[in-house]
Amino acid sequence: MRLASRTRPRRGVPERDAALVRELVAAVGAPNVRTDDAQRALLRRDASVFDGGDAGPVCFPRTAEEVQAVVRAARRHGRAVVPRGAGTGLAGGAIPLGAPVVVSLARMTSIGEVDRDARAVWVEPGVVNLDLTRHLRPLGFHFAPDPSSQQVCTIGGNVANNSGGPHCLAYGVTNAHVLAMDVVLPDGEMARLGGLDPEPSGLDLRGAFVGGEGTLGIAVRIAVRVTPNPPAVRTLLASFSQVRDAANTVSAVIASGIVPAAMEVMDQRITRAVENYVGAGYPLDAAAVLLAEVDGLPDGTAHDADAIARIAREQGATEVRLAADDRERALLWKGRKTAFGAIAQIAPDYYLHDTVVPRSRLADVLEQVYAIADRHGLMVMNVFHAGDGNLHPLLLFDAREPGMLDRVHAAGADIIEASLAAGGVLSGEHGIGVEKQAYMDRMFTPDDLDHQNRLRRAFDPECAANPGKVLPTGHSCADIQQLSSAARGLWV
Amino acid sequence: MGLTGALAERRDLVAFADEVGADGPVAVEGSRTRWSVGGEPIPGVRLVRAPSGVSAYLPEEMVVCVGAGTTVAELSSVLASSGQRCALPARGGTVGGAIAVGEQHLDVLGRGTLRASVLEVRYVSCDGRLVRGGGPTVKNVTGYDLPRLMTGALGTLGLLAEVILRTNPVPAASTWLRADGADPFAAFDALLHPSAVLWDGASTWVHLEGHPGDVAAQAAVLSRIAATTEVDGPPPLPPHRWSLEPSAIRGLTGRYVASVGTGLVLRDEPQPLRPPDAASLGVAARMKREFDPTGRLNPGRDPARR
Ligand SMILES: Cc1cc2nc3c(=O)[nH]c(=O)nc-3n(C[C@H](O)[C@H](O)[C@H](O)COP(=O)(O)OP(=O)(O)OC[C@H]3O[C@@H](n4cnc5c(N)ncnc54)[C@H](O)[C@@H]3O)c2cc1C
Repeated sequence: MRLASRTRPRRGVPERDAALVRELVAAVGAPNVRTDDAQRALLRRDASVFDGGDAGPVCFPRTAEEVQAVVRAARRHGRAVVPRGAGTGLAGGAIPLGAPVVVSLARMTSIGEVDRDARAVWVEPGVVNLDLTRHLRPLGFHFAPDPSSQQVCTIGGNVANNSGGPHCLAYGVTNAHVLAMDVVLPDGEMARLGGLDPEPSGLDLRGAFVGGEGTLGIAVRIAVRVTPNPPAVRTLLASFSQVRDAANTVSAVIASGIVPAAMEVMDQRITRAVENYVGAGYPLDAAAVLLAEVDGLPDGTAHDADAIARIAREQGATEVRLAADDRERALLWKGRKTAFGAIAQIAPDYYLHDTVVPRSRLADVLEQVYAIADRHGLMVMNVFHAGDGNLHPLLLFDAREPGMLDRVHAAGADIIEASLAAGGVLSGEHGIGVEKQAYMDRMFTPDDLDHQNRLRRAFDPECAANPGKVLPTGHSCADIQQLSSAARGLWV
Repeated sequence: MGLTGALAERRDLVAFADEVGADGPVAVEGSRTRWSVGGEPIPGVRLVRAPSGVSAYLPEEMVVCVGAGTTVAELSSVLASSGQRCALPARGGTVGGAIAVGEQHLDVLGRGTLRASVLEVRYVSCDGRLVRGGGPTVKNVTGYDLPRLMTGALGTLGLLAEVILRTNPVPAASTWLRADGADPFAAFDALLHPSAVLWDGASTWVHLEGHPGDVAAQAAVLSRIAATTEVDGPPPLPPHRWSLEPSAIRGLTGRYVASVGTGLVLRDEPQPLRPPDAASLGVAARMKREFDPTGRLNPGRDPARR
């Protein structure tokens, strides 16, 4: 997969797709099928740095049955299907490869009634993450996974990427919050995976589906767990004169037996950028800041907040501040969550990495990350979910500079190697998509990958769902060139 | 130091894989605490035991790597020595057996689900190879989720050899209260994150855990709903597990102990089968063919009969 470059326009979908398009129109109605260049160009990419996708006809189904009809029509024509939420994925999961039918779930946005006994609610996949939480708040609940992209990303995308967010430290990532799903399988059948009951019968196909990056079928209805709003919340901001001290504070907090709701670290460069952008009140002179939040009942939150403040001071914090009120707290979080938006002021392009290391290795690996960026002559910023050891080195660059993309790739490869060498993993929340397929064999043996391939094949024996993703070349569905409609020039 | 660094490859894993081999029907024997869940293995099947013992424990990372043949009791006492615990059910048996069956702890509301606690699995495939799925860190989305697939699969897709589990600190205070005549659903609504709310149709038992002041405050909340007495633990539990949608608890009759908010119900008679739909069974059948085409792993057992 190449990094983004200028788009090459093509004119409409090819003539040979006319019969397919007629069936899609029959499935969802003419206004909900788009074949024009403008729409298709819009969906060639996601929020990742990768380009080269080629969308076939684009459908906007409004019901589960329409999704089913679309999948069946595509199948009759031997065409793959790629589900798409908001397109904020960072690993290229939603990039259409081989001119597949793109199924946008954006129009499936209804939210059911909250089942208070089960603390669950059925939602459609196109519901925007933050809209769900806004809907639930007045009822006393929220949806715990809160990716920084939550203002736009969809629950379907969260499910497919098993997304995380700052508050997943204590509450768990998306998989812990999905109880059941109705899924349109790649063959067009509808299956109920999981259940609202605690020990559903059969294999845990629900668990296997979450994180499947759109390659196992399309989630059309999702029963998510709703989490009660905590009565007490405390948010701390600790400043450090060295990044290492912030990282060590995180390890020491976990080692002390406290699992805060969230623990996020930002280094000086990103803190300054954020401060310029939103004026959240972050200190500009600190080498790193730690944003820690504890929530729950008053006694435990007070106890844990005090303990975190004490640990931070022991680790050399120059200042520890408690957010005075909800307004200050909201502002601090706004700063953290708009960090990526703030980058646009600094460099035209950025590449956000995503690896996980054991929490006790955070400080060491961060130092290596800075050294790697230096070695490749790149600027790096770090803003990350420190509590679970989830690093997000952000490489800034200008893609117009000759040779730059090679350096960015080389630095990324070194960061991955450093994370794996520390006992970490390739991805904590963005997924593999097209980004890290080539690294899968650095973490897994051929036998391990063979078994992952078997899991995939059981859901999608015909490679009809989002081919060309996750597993490296050589596995079924990885080599999209085998498909009749393969596009060229997709590979780096 | 992460788990990978702390781990030397256990020789007994390889020996276990060799013992499983590639031929003939084979079933894993743990402590037989859940021997007939999902059907008993066919008569005459060769029985093997998974390696036991804790391979590595990093309390400061809140992860433990343990042989699947280790008893839950042994693991729990190792974790307790560092003030930690895990989501495995307290009912006993081996770690591998508990994960293969996929039962939740009675305190699932407080401890989290078993399936969410399994970070990495190593298992022996039908052709006698050691396969790894998942990863050693607390957060990981690298590739397809084999740990979730193996949890609750009754050893029909692979035989668990070693797992990495997430651990958690033991809360500072813990108390069981019985409230007679309370509306258990109102109690569940009024409390924040109780570890368990049990109901037998007349009395409600509530397990509160956390910081001492919070536990006391929650106990006071409960006592405003009904008179409470401190008790040693849950009531005696009938032997058979039922898995119901939590709202279905409202309509139960006869003798039962039901877990409010989760839908786990314990009764004297076994739950009738509740097979998944045809399309899911189709995927499950393909899964079985992919992972164990000759059906040699735990023959006689079927997760859809669980
Ligand atoms: C600024 C920014 C910040 C971010 N912060 C975070 C963060 O904090 N944590 C985090 O985890 N991620 C983060 N992300 C990544 C991204 O937002 C998440 O992965 C998100 O869940 C993707 O949702 P989406 O609706 O945009 O999905 P898309 O990008 O449209 O799709 C993602 C994948 O899901 C599949 N898919 C979509 N809908 C369905 C469905 N209904 N059924 C089956 N498959 C489906 C697609 O095929 C694709 O493979 C961030 C991204 C950006 C741009």
